[in-house]
Amino acid sequence: MKGAFIQMGIVNHEKTDLHGITVHTIETKKYKTTSFILQIKQSINEKNVTKRALLSYVLQSGTKDFPSSKELRSALDDLYGATLNADLSKKGENQVISIRMEVANEKFLSKSEPVLDKAFHLLSQVLLAPALENGVFKENIVKKEKRSLKQQIESIYDDKMRYANKRLLEEMYESEPYHLNVYGNENEVDAITSKELFDYYQEVIMKDRIDLYVIGDISTKEMVEKVKKHFRFSENRNETVETDKQNREEKKISEVKEIFEEQDVQQGKLHMGYRTYTTYSDEDYFALQVFNGVYGGFSHSKLFINVREKESLAYYAASRFESHKGAVFVMSGIETGNYEKAVKIIKEQHEEIKNGNITDAEFEQTKAMINNQVLETIDHPIGLSEVLYHNVVAGTNRTIEEWIEGIQNVTKEDVVSVAKKVTLDTIFFLKGAGTNGNENI
Amino acid sequence: MGMKTFEQLDETLHFEELENGLKVYVLEKKGFNKTYATFTTHYGSVDNHFKPLGKNEEVKVPDGIAHFLEHKLFEKEHGDVFQDFSKQGASANAFTTFNRTAYLFSTTSDVKKNLTTLIDFVQEPYFTEKTVEKEKGIIGQEIRMYDDNPDWRVYFGLIENMYHHHPVKIDIAGTEKSIAKITKDTLYECYETFYHPSNMILFVVGPVNAQEILHFVKENQSQKSFKEKAPIERFFADEPPAVAKTEKIIEMTVQTPKCYIGFKEATPKRKGKELMRHELCVNLALEMMFGKSSPNYEALYEEGLIDQTFSFDYTEENGFGFSMLGGDTQSPDELVKRVSNMVEAFKQDNISTDSFERARKKKIGAFLRSLNSPEFIANQFTRYAFNEMDLFDVIPVFESLQASDVEEVLQNHFKKEAMTVCQVRKKKS
Repeated sequence: MKGAFIQMGIVNHEKTDLHGITVHTIETKKYKTTSFILQIKQSINEKNVTKRALLSYVLQSGTKDFPSSKELRSALDDLYGATLNADLSKKGENQVISIRMEVANEKFLSKSEPVLDKAFHLLSQVLLAPALENGVFKENIVKKEKRSLKQQIESIYDDKMRYANKRLLEEMYESEPYHLNVYGNENEVDAITSKELFDYYQEVIMKDRIDLYVIGDISTKEMVEKVKKHFRFSENRNETVETDKQNREEKKISEVKEIFEEQDVQQGKLHMGYRTYTTYSDEDYFALQVFNGVYGGFSHSKLFINVREKESLAYYAASRFESHKGAVFVMSGIETGNYEKAVKIIKEQHEEIKNGNITDAEFEQTKAMINNQVLETIDHPIGLSEVLYHNVVAGTNRTIEEWIEGIQNVTKEDVVSVAKKVTLDTIFFLKGAGTNGNENI
Repeated sequence: MGMKTFEQLDETLHFEELENGLKVYVLEKKGFNKTYATFTTHYGSVDNHFKPLGKNEEVKVPDGIAHFLEHKLFEKEHGDVFQDFSKQGASANAFTTFNRTAYLFSTTSDVKKNLTTLIDFVQEPYFTEKTVEKEKGIIGQEIRMYDDNPDWRVYFGLIENMYHHHPVKIDIAGTEKSIAKITKDTLYECYETFYHPSNMILFVVGPVNAQEILHFVKENQSQKSFKEKAPIERFFADEPPAVAKTEKIIEMTVQTPKCYIGFKEATPKRKGKELMRHELCVNLALEMMFGKSSPNYEALYEEGLIDQTFSFDYTEENGFGFSMLGGDTQSPDELVKRVSNMVEAFKQDNISTDSFERARKKKIGAFLRSLNSPEFIANQFTRYAFNEMDLFDVIPVFESLQASDVEEVLQNHFKKEAMTVCQVRKKKS
């Protein structure tokens, strides 16, 4: 054990650094299950983005002992329907693979079965003992998962909100890695060979930052022993997560980029991207949280009140932000003809905050809602692991109590100064061309 | 006041039916930060033909009115109730289904204050012509948002195919045309009939003291007066067992086609334990036929006919029931052919004990997992209660099922003449 870090309070979070992996244990009796969340982090880049996406598909499709999807799924079903899934997310300029497993707590089963140890073993095998043939990933798994990945990439086009969001990022971050789609590029998928993918996998195991969260009615000591037993990494492992320092100095904006695209949709999708020049580790991060809350995070926020309630222009009008890239995104579904009007109102609301026009009620409401939101998030095992994982991504050590206190201490002046930094960069509007989806037969 | 302990699950449920007929349930969840409360009426989009409370003539109301009413209850003379909740640190929401309308909040502070807000806003309607008109623009945009959503279109398309008359085939939000006919008077008429406390359930789950909450709610209700409770008369036209339409193709701007296959339940009249057994059996049958560990799933996935969007489900309520399965696919027609052959072949074969046991274990695990979620407990408990079932019976009922029970639903539910298909395909330019 290299070192332990214990955090008591709202959650009992204990952190143990082992060779190759950091174990985070949260002992709690709240749940009827035990959750495992593996987070595998590397910087996102053009060269590997598609391979990394494909890898997350391949790893959950078979292990050495259960070398096909069907066998692996049967093993999970036998473990009282343990769930296993891998997915991808972009956290700042990182492409994170999350492998999650959830298994019933033995004490709630009528026949007591040792599911926990089996689950531990299975999870470690998913990461460290994949299904191979001739020393590389099994060809037929790779082939199938390529198809699934391509379908996943294509499906973004069919969900117009996601599509508009993707297009906004491509335009806004044209020359930064953040523009990359977390699922990679469709036209690169076919060319990846099993060998290339396996070589890349070995690089992941040697270099990526790996964290494991275990949440449930567990004992830290026992879990750490199990990790030591099941998760063995090579002596030569050398963690190297590249960070692109240049991208911290974000580009200044001289002119707002406005992009229009037309499709046969009933409702126009308006997406606006702002740079904030503030990220999770910054001091004014809490002020940015409150800014986003006053602007568009809730149903009392300026966007909801003005775009929806006062003008009936939309069903949804909201903002959200990305903590590690430091961006605020506004989205609203509107009538195509109302574009100018909606954009004007959305911009005006930002100006209002810059000018300090925030009532005491909306300010206090926002803080109460953020407080509520974080406490609710940590009621859920995945939510809790995500909140804690922010610290790993940002290289900070913030406790949940500090987080809550940080929000409480924000003043209106703090929100005004952060609002002045927040700058509109790009507007993407997916316009409707008008007609209904035709029904045949 | 009643109390029921589910030892195996380590849960205790407290409940009471108040004088005015309101049923109140409280589940204490220690260790959680959040309290979640739902106030639900047994009234949804299918209840469009009924006898208004205290009247003799039956009425038919515009499509989408239950959902419209849900939106409008949030608006009061003093403003928007969403704001009242957020001032008290709670987030509120509501949703309308085929036969329920639920109002809810979650909070980590001021539980009683928020509970008062919830109960009072639902029990004090305030509709004016002006606010009703204003809402039409907002709901119009909500309808268009769903119109652009291919998953929603294919889901509803499939239900439309199944039913000749039953109002389950009507889109929950209605259409821009149907909601144009809604007035404040029709809203009040629906409200008076369906929002009587005796038609409603209040469910509170979180780190609360159950006795205290029950007492508090009783106090609130004792200060209000309600009309005498009377049974609600709802009318549904006779629905034949066969599907109305066997196939539909919807063209939209998508890249990947979507295909769903549905089986319409011929006798959806069950209640209580019988309904629970039946629902769980059909879901077990689906799991055994098409679950991720089944040979069929493996074959379809390998042939490239399905991807990770593939899913299935069975649902039944009073008067309608259907199973559906499908997802994104490059070859919808081929998928339909393969799936229907697989169903037929499965019906011919004997059920293997192994796969029955595995499916059951999987379902029990999934159920335990969902009990981590206060939202699931409150919403599902209410749905079950409206159908005279008890959510906490799920595990014992699962444990009492036999392979032969599944055999029976296989033969009775998955019939060729009960099958229908809906596809979303790429629009030709």
